[in-house]
Amino acid sequence: MYKLTKNIKILSFSLMILGLVGLAYGFYTAPHSIEESKAIVASYSHGDHGSDHDLDSGHKDDSHNSDNAIASDHSEEYNKLDHQSDEHSVSHDEHVYHQLSNRPWSALYVAALFFFLISLGTLAFYAIQRASQAGWSPILFRVMEGITGYLLPGSIIILIFLILSTMHLNHLFIWMDPEVVNHDEIIKAKSGYLDSQFFIGRAIFYILGWNLYRFFSRKFSIAQDQSNDVSNHKKNFKISAGFLAFFIVTESMMSWDWIMSVDPHWFSTLFGWYVFASMFVSGITMIAMITIYLKSQGYLSGANHNHLHDLAKYMFGVSIFWAYLWFSQFMLIWYANIPEEVTYFITRMEDYALPFWGMLVTNLIFPFLLLMNSDYKRINWFIVTAGVVILMGHYIDFYNMIMPSTVGDQWYIGIPEIGGIMFFGGLFIYVVFNTLSKVPLEPSGDPLFKESEKFVY
Amino acid sequence: MAEKTLHAVYDDDDKLLDAVKKIKAAKYEIEEVYTPFPVHGLEKAMGLSDTRIAITSFIYGCIGFCFSIWMMNYIMILDWPQNIGGKPSFSYLENMPAFVPIMFELTVFFAAHLMVITFYLRSKLWPFKKAENPIPETTDDKFLIEIKFDGSEKELKKLINKTDVLEVKVHINKKSSHE
Repeated sequence: MYKLTKNIKILSFSLMILGLVGLAYGFYTAPHSIEESKAIVASYSHGDHGSDHDLDSGHKDDSHNSDNAIASDHSEEYNKLDHQSDEHSVSHDEHVYHQLSNRPWSALYVAALFFFLISLGTLAFYAIQRASQAGWSPILFRVMEGITGYLLPGSIIILIFLILSTMHLNHLFIWMDPEVVNHDEIIKAKSGYLDSQFFIGRAIFYILGWNLYRFFSRKFSIAQDQSNDVSNHKKNFKISAGFLAFFIVTESMMSWDWIMSVDPHWFSTLFGWYVFASMFVSGITMIAMITIYLKSQGYLSGANHNHLHDLAKYMFGVSIFWAYLWFSQFMLIWYANIPEEVTYFITRMEDYALPFWGMLVTNLIFPFLLLMNSDYKRINWFIVTAGVVILMGHYIDFYNMIMPSTVGDQWYIGIPEIGGIMFFGGLFIYVVFNTLSKVPLEPSGDPLFKESEKFVY
Repeated sequence: MAEKTLHAVYDDDDKLLDAVKKIKAAKYEIEEVYTPFPVHGLEKAMGLSDTRIAITSFIYGCIGFCFSIWMMNYIMILDWPQNIGGKPSFSYLENMPAFVPIMFELTVFFAAHLMVITFYLRSKLWPFKKAENPIPETTDDKFLIEIKFDGSEKELKKLINKTDVLEVKVHINKKSSHE
């Protein structure tokens, strides 16, 4: 039985407090009027802009006005392009103001989404193990259940955030603004689906479905420990198979709703898969890292390098799968070069060059080279190194999905972003380890447990 | 060269694996094992060293990757630039996304084919080669362990008979063998 240690408690609570401070700072320093926003932009270009800001794209000069307007999806600019430059400059200031005031919200949203999706990716992995009756993994079921423990708090946070968005507390989803929709034929045509109430209804539907599966699967899993037949195991198999069918549809729709719709003009048919690959690899990485941590603390003695080898193979394989989907999405849009599609990548390549290309290194090339050798997949510090880089890379991946549409070129990985990661990271650590401490770490009643213990690669 | 060769035939891979472990434990040198299909865990039981074919495969993959870059640069940029979909046809880098599938395919092609050829060469397999398996049934449903030894076969036969063996034969090797 794992006991929640003091160190974990101190770590998670200090992360949460520091993160809250960071987020609060972000909200405090965000401009509350156009004048403030202008002052902030001016201070950028006169202040320390000359010094090396690697993460800063350096596109903050006003000479990029027209580029920004074209690249952005904000239709106000879109329609006013051919107006006088004075008027244009005013609308640009307003645009930058919206972007700057979006920044703390986006920082919070990306971090909340990232940790929630780690949990959801793990839930999908867990359901696959259950539905396929995998023999190698039951020894890790409690670790997976621990990570999916974050599903409920994580999804409630996301739901509250989305409800706040529909109440116009932020402007992440511009299609929620009736003013924008009125001037935009493309969004108008989609308003049947992109409707605030329908949107929240769908979110509740997905979240309810996922959490119900997680609740019952956990219940059967614990009940199986004490029972002397396999009825709980069989029930778990059935609901897992059902969940997977439900999941693959709702996951895809979730990715359109929560991520793709921040860019309501743009669409990609494989976006759901792409998001799935990202959350799946992050989830598997998290399972491997928590397993290694628990082993280093003397728990989970049955799990050995054979199980880690399999997890590392998944990390390696799904990283390649992610890159395959990334490239499939990129190449078709690049080749076809249709204006409303290609703006998505132009914004990212011009304003987000470092995170956009950098994530290919962290998410594909680094894990590919590090985990290619079979022996390295069994060495803890190789897995942990690859894992840390993969997790960072996939945070950047979600960052790249949300930020270009919400804050445009006014991005920076600074206090609000890091605060967001720290707050949700701390909450995640606390919830996960708290869930782990609730029941025995080894599901000894599982009919496949013996097989898992003896598993040799 | 050893005087005698013993052939022990089995009809099941688990029985074979068990026998190999027992023979190894008694410190006999197993010359070769013939099986109709790859038996999982056999190489570990026989104490064979790890294959290095993965390393060659990686090297071949790198060669294929470089070759594809050179090839596409020669075909599409240097020799005969073509305007496809209005993409800039005089710059390799700006055309690169279109070449990625080719780079991927040639990397896999080189790695796979050259690895198989290396495997054939290393295992001394080539067309019209005479089969080395002592009995043809090892390509059907029988498993055979070959042990070379000197002196009396009594001890060894006793050990083999303790395993779930189908048939044991001892051959006396010809002195004039070209081996």
